[in-house]
Amino acid sequence: MAVILQSRRRKIIFAAGAVLLLAILLGLNADQASEWFEQNDPVLRQALVTGILIGGVFALVAMGLTLIFGVLDIINFAHGALMTVGMYITFVLFDNYGIDPYISILITVPALFLIGVVVQRVIIRPASNAPPHNLLLLTLGLALLLQNAMLVIFSGTPRSIRLDYGRGETPIGPFIIDFPLHLFGTTITLNKLIAFIMAMVLAAGLYILLQKTDLGKAIRASAQDKEGAALVGVDIQRIGLITFGIGVACVGAAASLVLPFFFVDPVAGNTFNITAFVIVVLGGLGSIPGALLGAFIVGITQEMGVVFMPSSTKLLGVFIVFILVLLFRPQGLMGKKE
Amino acid sequence: MSKLRELSSDYYWLLAVTAVFAVVSLFLDQFQISLAILILFWALLGAAWNILGGYAGQFSFGHAAYYGIGAYTSVVLLINFEVSPWVGMAAGAALAGLFALLIGYLSFRYGLKGAYFALATFAFAEMLRLIASELELINTSVGIHVPLIGGDSWLRLQFEDTPSNFFFAILILFVVVMLVSIWVARHKVGYYFQAIREDEDAAAALGVDPLGYKLAAIVISGALTALGGSFFVQHFGYVNPELVFGVAISIEILLRPIVGGIGTIWGPLIGAIVLTPLAEFTRDFVRNPPPFLEIIEGRAGVDVMIFGVILIAIIIFMPDGIVGAAVRLRERFLS
Repeated sequence: MAVILQSRRRKIIFAAGAVLLLAILLGLNADQASEWFEQNDPVLRQALVTGILIGGVFALVAMGLTLIFGVLDIINFAHGALMTVGMYITFVLFDNYGIDPYISILITVPALFLIGVVVQRVIIRPASNAPPHNLLLLTLGLALLLQNAMLVIFSGTPRSIRLDYGRGETPIGPFIIDFPLHLFGTTITLNKLIAFIMAMVLAAGLYILLQKTDLGKAIRASAQDKEGAALVGVDIQRIGLITFGIGVACVGAAASLVLPFFFVDPVAGNTFNITAFVIVVLGGLGSIPGALLGAFIVGITQEMGVVFMPSSTKLLGVFIVFILVLLFRPQGLMGKKE
Repeated sequence: MSKLRELSSDYYWLLAVTAVFAVVSLFLDQFQISLAILILFWALLGAAWNILGGYAGQFSFGHAAYYGIGAYTSVVLLINFEVSPWVGMAAGAALAGLFALLIGYLSFRYGLKGAYFALATFAFAEMLRLIASELELINTSVGIHVPLIGGDSWLRLQFEDTPSNFFFAILILFVVVMLVSIWVARHKVGYYFQAIREDEDAAAALGVDPLGYKLAAIVISGALTALGGSFFVQHFGYVNPELVFGVAISIEILLRPIVGGIGTIWGPLIGAIVLTPLAEFTRDFVRNPPPFLEIIEGRAGVDVMIFGVILIAIIIFMPDGIVGAAVRLRERFLS
């Protein structure tokens, strides 16, 4: 106990020191700092809003990942590749049949659920007693397989879709709103707004499913204690199957939501995969609320990071936050201590 | 007792393997030599990873960090100060060892284990890749070409006229890494590593310092991995951040020891002997498919798809690697 207290105190002292140092640095250059903030004010606001909007989609991807980890103890490296599959399904439906991406969610979600169930049954379950690194490699092998299958089918050319609405005056219910929306000096496009709202609705649905239904209770029970759940009559094999399916269905929805403002090529999902890892560790592996919180932190960090470090890629700031969290709170912001 | 006797024979095995490789190489054509170079190259990297990932049981998913540091250190020293790649290699190993110490100290100090350690190492490697892509000193993401002097030079590790000399260069490096690896495995350090892997608390209770030995494992493993990185630059003649710091390298490095047999002396080499030609053959198969499969001819991606399927099958059917499967087969045969 004393050791824990000591290490916690050390962490607090360390964090306080860092904040103090930052304050002194800012104080020394108070004039320049305030000038810089004034100049970059619109950019910072935009970064904040974009970060929150994109964070909503990240949340959906990360919830799928964290759910799979919580119940099956698998870090699913094929998560991004499965998202790419969802994006191609959305693309084909739009390009060949003119189906709106927001409607094709009704197809991508069940399709990806089925793919997830098949993957779990054929690849994951036979190895469920193997050491954890084997499961990790299996999902890596699956990612290789999927990525290259898509390369064979669709070639490496990036593709995107262009919706014929969302610019100019758009009727939404009884209102007519001019898009892109200008709010508090920021610009919000319809695509990102819809993606955010629908992602949040789906995330809430998932949360209710887990909290209120019998299926959700069984899933949470097997995440907490497999043997205990089995003893009280939960069919943990079936729960594993369904959980993997739900986790993968989450990226199916995310895939349809991002395509209108993103692009798809055989490795398009990989950035989402990496981001989702960061989010899940940040929030605590296996924690659904943690994934939501982590997603917003990461979304804002990546957009803000570009403002503070203009020449770097979006991910650098995210990785810095990631490593800090791993070192100071490895169980994550909302994770349970082992 | 029988295990001890088995272990002590590993040096003789290494001698035999080296002799076989050296003799056989004299009869190989250009393509086969380059395949042999790749086998030894991946076996070296796998053996280096195996010290940390196999013996000490700390699953690193970011060995690209050390590989890239090795690659860039030697090529930067070569270009700016005309330092021989052999010296650059040693410098790269030292630098990679230091960086490994930093990563190890930060991670192990705070008790990162299992999936968390894997993800942390992954993040460190990705950060190096992003930083390297911005760093002017190493020509950002454009990359660096090794200046060609024309002709052969052991000092400059360049063999334009007789590329097969690269084979002997990598053979030397392979032997160095295997000597360290065997020494670790049969010395008490290796037993401490394994004790920590099996049960850290029990090991600590018996007086083994987990932090110290885990740090030793990551430093040795990182430094040896850097040797492979330096060799890659000289052999390939070009380097950029994606090539040496990318996720693909971290995956390739750990693939062979796991398929061969994690935590065994010969697993990495066996994995390399099986997987490296397999990747080449699937590529060749797609280039010249049998008549009934002409549809796949020359299609990019099919070869990696086949490789992915075979990889999945190997992991499902041989969960403890080829060495583990062989041991089990022998036991069944004997009993």
